[in-house]
Amino acid sequence: MEGNLNLTLKIWRQKNTQTAGKFETYQVSGISTDMSFLEMIDVLNNRLIEEGDDPVAFDHDCREGICGMCSMYINGRPHGPNRGVTTCQLHMRSFKDGETITVEPWRASAFPVIKDLVVNRSAFDRIIAAGGFISVNTGNAQDANNLPINKDNADDAFAAAACIGCGACVAACKNASAMLFTSAKISQLALLPQGQIEAATRAQAMVAQMDEEGFGACSNTGACEAECPKGISIENIARMNREYFSATFSSK
Amino acid sequence: MTKIDAKIPDGNLAEKWTKFKSSVPLVNPSNKRSLEIIVVGSGLAGASAAASLAELGYKVKVFCFQDSPRRAHSIAAQGGINAAKNYQNDGDSVYRLFYDTIKGGDYRAREANVHRLAEVSGSIIDQCVAQGVPFAREYGGLLSNRSFGGTQVQRTFYAAGQTGQQLLLGAYSALQRQVGMGNVELFTRHEMLDVVTIDGKARGIIARDSVSGALERHFGHAVLLCTGGYGNVFYLSTNAMGSNVTAAWKAHKKGAFFANPCYTQIHPTCIPVSGDHQSKLTLMSESLRNDGRIWVPKKENDTRKANEIPEEERDYYLERRYPAFGNLVPRDIASRAAKERCDAGFGVGSSKMAVYLDYAAAIIRYGKGEANKHNMHSPTDEEIQSMGKAVVKEKYGNLFDMYKQITGEDPYEVPMRIYPAVHYTMGGLWVDYNLMTTVPGLYALGEANFSDHGANRLGASALMQGLADGYFVIPYTIGAYLAAEIRTPSMSTDSEDFVKAEKAVQDRLETLMNIKGSKPVDYFHKRLGKIMWDECGMARSEKGLKASIKEIQALQKEFWSDVKIPGEINNLNPELEKAGRVADFLELGELMCIDALDRNESCGGHFRLEYQTEDGEALRDDDKYAYVAAWEYEKQSSFKLHKEELKYENIKIAQRSYK
Repeated sequence: MEGNLNLTLKIWRQKNTQTAGKFETYQVSGISTDMSFLEMIDVLNNRLIEEGDDPVAFDHDCREGICGMCSMYINGRPHGPNRGVTTCQLHMRSFKDGETITVEPWRASAFPVIKDLVVNRSAFDRIIAAGGFISVNTGNAQDANNLPINKDNADDAFAAAACIGCGACVAACKNASAMLFTSAKISQLALLPQGQIEAATRAQAMVAQMDEEGFGACSNTGACEAECPKGISIENIARMNREYFSATFSSK
Repeated sequence: MTKIDAKIPDGNLAEKWTKFKSSVPLVNPSNKRSLEIIVVGSGLAGASAAASLAELGYKVKVFCFQDSPRRAHSIAAQGGINAAKNYQNDGDSVYRLFYDTIKGGDYRAREANVHRLAEVSGSIIDQCVAQGVPFAREYGGLLSNRSFGGTQVQRTFYAAGQTGQQLLLGAYSALQRQVGMGNVELFTRHEMLDVVTIDGKARGIIARDSVSGALERHFGHAVLLCTGGYGNVFYLSTNAMGSNVTAAWKAHKKGAFFANPCYTQIHPTCIPVSGDHQSKLTLMSESLRNDGRIWVPKKENDTRKANEIPEEERDYYLERRYPAFGNLVPRDIASRAAKERCDAGFGVGSSKMAVYLDYAAAIIRYGKGEANKHNMHSPTDEEIQSMGKAVVKEKYGNLFDMYKQITGEDPYEVPMRIYPAVHYTMGGLWVDYNLMTTVPGLYALGEANFSDHGANRLGASALMQGLADGYFVIPYTIGAYLAAEIRTPSMSTDSEDFVKAEKAVQDRLETLMNIKGSKPVDYFHKRLGKIMWDECGMARSEKGLKASIKEIQALQKEFWSDVKIPGEINNLNPELEKAGRVADFLELGELMCIDALDRNESCGGHFRLEYQTEDGEALRDDDKYAYVAAWEYEKQSSFKLHKEELKYENIKIAQRSYK
């Protein structure tokens, strides 16, 4: 045992998409405050395996906060209690000895549960495929410095592009809206001169796909921005709305 | 026996690629529509290749084990991407990037491939900007550059500390555009578990749908493995948890030679291990060495806090040993120097296995610069500190935040503690100039191949190579093969070869599930990792390697008789996936030790204790070892060595010095 945190975990267990799930309660002890939340789950899982139980399935990969794969809803908040971090960067020093921690998957009908804490986020890929790109085939580009870009716009585009596609915004929203995700990509490209040519079709196509996937409308509560591990600003939604309405009014 | 022919075009080095492109056979657009290409892996190499090939008109299928192609581990690359643009007017050129890369690789890379890489580097930046990749810019609106290790020019383009993310999202958006147009079919949460060969040519793959557990057969006229490196053989590394060697290893067992497996890169600046629970290590970008200074106390076992140690009692050992490059020496050299200081008893922190990376001087330098900019003639220390910290935050903010998150310490106030960790693997599947392995029709791109970085990769060159291979090399070189395949119709996957391959995969999965032993997969992975880190890591020896080979063979037996895999075969089962990967790592680890034992010299990341200069630098043996070691799989624990002689016609091979 490396540490001295003893915790009670209430974890959502669900065999697959078709089966109903429920909470199971587990005790873990000897948890070090230096562990990440996922390393704490690793400890639980290795114990479950040794005891002959099925370990808790959860998505994770880079474990350094950038791949966007981890997705736990911890004590009622996506990625847990700290602002600006993903679950893999949440460390156990943020929890107290004796605490009970509830862990659920993202809840949204557009993100069906695959197993336990694993959900299907392929809707995001389809939203990008609908228009989240600039149509430039490989080999078509001019010299990079032939297109100077105002630094403030470039910085704002970068800030929007920092979205990791984890889906915390959807999980946080009572309407399960994907507007923060969609608007981040629309904003990034709308802020850059390269993105202007297709701006109108992009906004319309991405919004249409977002609706088709079954994501809800904006709740205007700002929960998405508050829970976003990368601090993506809600201003992007305002920009998306401008882009979308101007595209709608000017469309033929 | 397969013959090893690198197929390097004739002619002067600088003209090879141009001539090749003008003479390589082409496939006309209507034929492209009936040619199918399988791309495994969706990182920089895979996504860029898949998008570019689909744009050309080929029918492409992309497979990735993650839930979205955007999550491939290229996403985590931090510092930047090199390109010989010479925007800074500081003397850069294609030749200099080529030269730096060959020298940085300790004269163990193939000249023709590296020169081509340098030639196409500029086009990568152009392409990425056109896609909307938001690189860092100066106030005039033009692109900004910084320096990386092993170079004396500023040729690194970047997007804060998230360059890999931005480049991958660019390639991913190009890929998704092709998915939307119906030119690419995407298979996420799918893991490739074998290559199917028919009459000696790669004709498809067997993949497992991770959600349903079902095995699938997929045909392709060609198969591209863009499946990254194998650093996770060490258990702890900066790689993602899922990064694995399985695709490359299956290809190896089907006849693809594995080249230079012992060349691994230990990155000097990572957050040190904090305990046994640790599941992965986190990199602190090499870009931090632009401004940070690395030091340890001059006094052995100094227990004072960093801030209590006066300037004259600090040993800036990189600046002392390598004045010409200072803190920006290449990674292999910086890592060994850190290990040397810690082994000698000068390490810091509770484990004593760390050195300081200090930003105090940079904060003051930037603070004073800002004061000048704002015409403040006598700024206070507090003003200098606060302005300096603001500049550092803009350049490296996300890295500093990450450090604080993981360690609980504020790097703006106290120096970071860092230690080397496994980061990248230069070795990989052997490929010829066309990026084709020794199996016809089977290609390897990006980190999965071996060709460009020799025995040590320079910082910011992995992103360059991944995108070069995918955007600008494979679209041309694949024509050399596919032009002869236009009469090959799509093959049914009901053929005997496909059925047999699937059956073998199914049998292996069932064997794993039926072991029903007593130890979880991680138990074996950790033990393998410890053997590899201790004996095939930063320092290797004949004695240690020989013992390790025996230990690994014993561990293989133990694994196959005592691993315990819970859950079901036909459901999402991460432990089963991990078990398959660790089984392959156990075989690869053995080959890495065999390769390290064969190479009786030190070069780049491969440091044999028996072969070093008087001052502890790597001692190469160019007469005997200027070759690529390409290993052929014969049977369990039996590999046959083939040598590709490295000919240096344009660079004079010399002892590598950064002093």
